[in-house]
Amino acid sequence: MTETTVTPERPLVVESGELKPGFIGQNVPRKEDKRLVQGEGVFFDDVKRHEMGYVQFVRSPYAHARIKSVDVSKALELDGVYGTLTGDEVAILTDPFFELSTPPGANIKDYALAVGRVRHVGDPVAAVVARTRELARDAAELVEVEYDPLPHVLDGEESLKDEVVLHEEAGSNTVWSGVFDWGDFDAALADADHVVRIERLHFDRFSSTPLECSGCLVEFNRGTGQWTIHGNHQMPGVGAIWMAPALRVGIDKLRFVSQDIGGGFGNKITLHPQYTACCLLARKLNRPVQWTEWRTDQHTANTHGNERTFLDVTVPVKADGTMLGFSVRAIDDCGAFPRYEPLGCIIWAQVTPGCYRWRNVRVDFTQVCTNKSPVAPNRGYSRMQHLWLTERIVDIVASELGMDPIEVRKKNYVKHEEFPYETPNGCIYDSGDYARCLDIALDLIGYDSLEEKRRDAESRGKLFGIGIGSTLDSGTNNFGQSMILNPELQFSGNNEVATVKLDIFGEVVVTLGTVPQGQGHETTASQVVAEILGCTPDDVNVRAGHDTYWNSTAGFSGTYASQFAVTGLGAVKGAADKLAGEMKQLAAAVFGASPDDIELVESLARIKGNPEAALPFMALGAILNANNAGLPPELDITLNVRHVYRPAFEKPDLERKFGNLTLTYATQIHACAVEIDPETGVYEIVDYAAVDDCGNRIHPQIVEGQVHGATAQALGAATHEIFTYDEEGNLLTPNFYDYHVPHALDMPPMKTGFIESESPFTPLGAKGMGEGGGAGIHAVCAALQNAVGRRGEGPIVWRSCNPYEGVWELLQKPDETRKLVSVESR
Amino acid sequence: MDPVSRKTITVDVNGERYERELDARRLLIHFIRDDLDLTGSHIGCDTGNCGACSVLVDGTLVKSCMMLAVQADGAKIETVEGLAADGELNGLQQAFSDHHALQCGYCTPGMLMSATALLRENKSPSEDEIRKGIQGNICRCTGYVNIVEAIRAAAQ
Repeated sequence: MTETTVTPERPLVVESGELKPGFIGQNVPRKEDKRLVQGEGVFFDDVKRHEMGYVQFVRSPYAHARIKSVDVSKALELDGVYGTLTGDEVAILTDPFFELSTPPGANIKDYALAVGRVRHVGDPVAAVVARTRELARDAAELVEVEYDPLPHVLDGEESLKDEVVLHEEAGSNTVWSGVFDWGDFDAALADADHVVRIERLHFDRFSSTPLECSGCLVEFNRGTGQWTIHGNHQMPGVGAIWMAPALRVGIDKLRFVSQDIGGGFGNKITLHPQYTACCLLARKLNRPVQWTEWRTDQHTANTHGNERTFLDVTVPVKADGTMLGFSVRAIDDCGAFPRYEPLGCIIWAQVTPGCYRWRNVRVDFTQVCTNKSPVAPNRGYSRMQHLWLTERIVDIVASELGMDPIEVRKKNYVKHEEFPYETPNGCIYDSGDYARCLDIALDLIGYDSLEEKRRDAESRGKLFGIGIGSTLDSGTNNFGQSMILNPELQFSGNNEVATVKLDIFGEVVVTLGTVPQGQGHETTASQVVAEILGCTPDDVNVRAGHDTYWNSTAGFSGTYASQFAVTGLGAVKGAADKLAGEMKQLAAAVFGASPDDIELVESLARIKGNPEAALPFMALGAILNANNAGLPPELDITLNVRHVYRPAFEKPDLERKFGNLTLTYATQIHACAVEIDPETGVYEIVDYAAVDDCGNRIHPQIVEGQVHGATAQALGAATHEIFTYDEEGNLLTPNFYDYHVPHALDMPPMKTGFIESESPFTPLGAKGMGEGGGAGIHAVCAALQNAVGRRGEGPIVWRSCNPYEGVWELLQKPDETRKLVSVESR
Repeated sequence: MDPVSRKTITVDVNGERYERELDARRLLIHFIRDDLDLTGSHIGCDTGNCGACSVLVDGTLVKSCMMLAVQADGAKIETVEGLAADGELNGLQQAFSDHHALQCGYCTPGMLMSATALLRENKSPSEDEIRKGIQGNICRCTGYVNIVEAIRAAAQ
C-alpha cells in the first residue's frame, strides 16, 4: 500500500516502434476532462424539465408471492401526487417483452411491472409520481399491496428440480439448456495418463455497481407520439428493440439521449422494464417524469453479474502436463427474469479453451431462474466465469499433479507462432503472445526472488502464495452466436456508425453511435479523424454522448462487449476516409487539378509540391455549404458523410455450434502474491502486476486506465464483493455499507506492463480491451490455492469470492473441500 | 420540527448568496443540485459511503447527503463549480486531467473536494496520507492509481 508503480517510463516491450508519427498512439489530453473536472458534465439526473414529476417504484418485500390486490387510492389522495401505474395497467397497455430463448424460456411473460406475481425481493409492483422526490417516497408507502406468499427457491441446482416454478407459463425454471461438444472428449479421456476430477466450483454473484445509479427523464410529445428518454442506457439500439414492440409503436418513436454516463460496465443494458414504465407514466400523466434509482434499488432489483456453478469437471492430462481438454456441467443462475441473459449461455464459447491449446471440450450448459435479482452483462460478461473455470482447472491440476502452475501454463498456452489460431469451436484468436506476457508479469512481481519471499513470509508466520490469472477479452461480437441459442432469432454480424462532416466555417464535426461511459470516445475519435484529415485533435469537435436522432446509430449501436476501438473507431475511420476523399475532390475542382494531386495537411487542402495553392478547411466548408454556384454538376459530394463499419462475419454452423464468434482477442495476464495469516484467514495482496496486450493502442493512457479499473473491480470481487441472500430471499448486501467496494486504502500496489500484438482483422490493428480485469479474480484464487494447498493435501479454492472468513474456513476444514478433487493416474 | 414544515435558509455557495424556502427535511445535496441547479456534486449511494456528494461547509469536508439543508443555514459552502477561476482549471483539476485520474467523471467532483480539503491541511502528503484523505470517496473506474498520482503531482 505504500508503493504504487504506474507503467514503467519505458515500456518493457513494444512490438511496433515507440514513437509514432501522428496522433494515433499518443496520449493527447482527454477532451472530456475539462467539463468533468469542473462539474459541468451532464448526467441524466442533471436534466430537468418544467413541471416534471418524480417516479418512485413500489417494490415487493417477498421473494415470491401472488399479488392479491394493489390499492393506490391513499397515495393518490396525498397532495402533490400526480398519478400512479400498476401491473394491471401495464398488462393492458403493453405486450410482454420478447424473449431471446427457445422454450421453456421463450414462454416467460416479462412486463415493465409485476403482473399477478412477484418473483424477487424488489420486483416493482407499482409506480408513483409526485412533485418532489420526498413526496414520491411518502406516496409509495401509502400504496397498499396484499400478497399471498409462495414458496421460493434461491439456489440454481435446487431450482432445476422445478418444485417451485417461477414462471407458470414456461412450466419450468429452466430457461435454456444445450450440450456443446467439440473434438473427441471420450478419446482424450482414453488417451490420458491422469484424469483430474473436480466435483464442484462456484462463481459468485457480484456486480460492478457503477457509481451513478440507473435512471431517466422521459418526455412524451403528444403531437407526434414520440418519447425522448434522457437516460443512461448503454445499448439503446437493443433497448429500443425491446421497448418499441412492447409499447406497440415504431422504433423511431423512441429517442434515446445521453451525454455523460457515470459508469456502465454492462449493468445498464437491461433498463427496458423501468424505462417502459416511465414512458407509460409520461404519456398517462402528460408530463415529464424523472426516475433516479436509489442505491438500494440498484443492488436489489437492477442487475447482478451471472452466478455459475460448475459440476463434475473432468480433465484428461498427459504425463508431461499437456491437458487435452475438459468436460463440465454448468448451471447458470440468472435470477428472476432472463432478459439479456440467454445470450450468456453462448457468449462464454467465444473463449472455449481459454488461453490454451485444448482441442476436446464438452460443456453441458443450463440456465435457470431463481427468486433473486435478475442478472445482466457485467464487465467480462459470461467469459469471465468461464475463464475462471479454465484457470481453476490449470491451478488445481498443477497442484494435484505436483507440477509448477507456470510451467503448465506455458506448456498449454496457444503459442505465438500459431496465430491466427482456430479454437475447437471455430473462433479465430487473432494475435498474441501469452507466454511473453506471463514472463513480463513475473518479472514485474520479482518472481526470481520467489523463494526468498516465501521464506520471509513464513518466518513471520504467514502463508505465502503466488498466482497467475490468464484471460482473453474477446471483443466485437458476431451476433450470429445468438442463433446457436435460438435459430429463429434474426441477429447476426455487428455494426457501428459514425458521421464526420466539414461544416460551413470549416469545423470538423463527428457524431458517434456509441454511448460512452468514461472510455474517452471523444478523444480517441478526434485522434483518428485528425490523423486522416491532416488537422489536430483540437480542430475536431466530437459531439458528446449519444442521440438516436443524430442519424448515427445502427442496430447494434452502444458501448458494450469491448469493441469501441474496433467498431466505433472503425466507423470513424471509414467516415473520415470518405470525407477526406470528398475534400480532395472539392479542392481539385476549385484548382482544376486531379484529386490525386491534393493533400490534406495543417488544416489545408493543397496541391502537392505547391504550398501556395492551398485552401483552408474554412474555405472548403463555405464553398460547398454556402457558395456553391459554378461547381461542376458532376461533383457529387456532401462533406457530411456517414459510415457504417461492419466486420466480416459469417453465420455460425448451428448444428455443430461452430463459427467465429468475435473478431478480436486482447490478452491480460495478471500475477499476484498473497500473504495469509493462518490464524485468522486475513490475507494481503503484497504484490500485483497486470500485463495487457490489446494490439495497437490508440491512447496508451486510456488503455492503462482501463487496466487499473478492471483490476480493481476484479480484486473487489475476489476478496469481498458478493451478493448473498438470507433464507427469505432478502439481499444481505443492499448498499455500500454492506457491499464493500474497494477504497483507495484497499488497493494493493499495482504494476502494469504491455505488449502490442497488432490485430490483423481490424481497421487500426487495435482490439477492444475494457473487460479484461477478470484476470484479477483468477490470480487471487490461484495465489490462495498456491498458499494453502499442496499435492494431494490441503483445501481447494472452489469459489470465486474468498473473503477472510472464507479463507479461515478453508484452513480450518481442509477435508471439506479436499474431497471435491480426485486424481486417477494410469 | 415537522419534517415537511417549510423553512427559509440563506447560504453562500462559491461566493454567491442564495436565499431559499424549502422543506425542513430536504437534504443538502438535493438542495444544491435540485434547488440551486449546481449539478456538479453527485449522488452515488444515499448512505454516506461513496463521497460523490462531498462539499466543503465552512471549510469542513462534508458528505452533503448526510446533512439537511437547514443545518447549513448561514454557512459558506464550496462545491466543485467554485474550483476553477474564470474557466481556468486550478492545479488540482489540471493534474487530474494530466494524469488521467478520471474516466466517467462521476466521482470526480467529490474526489476533487476531498483532495482540496486534504491539500489545505497537508501541503505535501505522502501516498498513504493521500489514500487516507480519499478513503471516503469511491471510484469504480480508475482503481485510484492515477487519482493518487494526480493529487501527489498537484501537491508538488
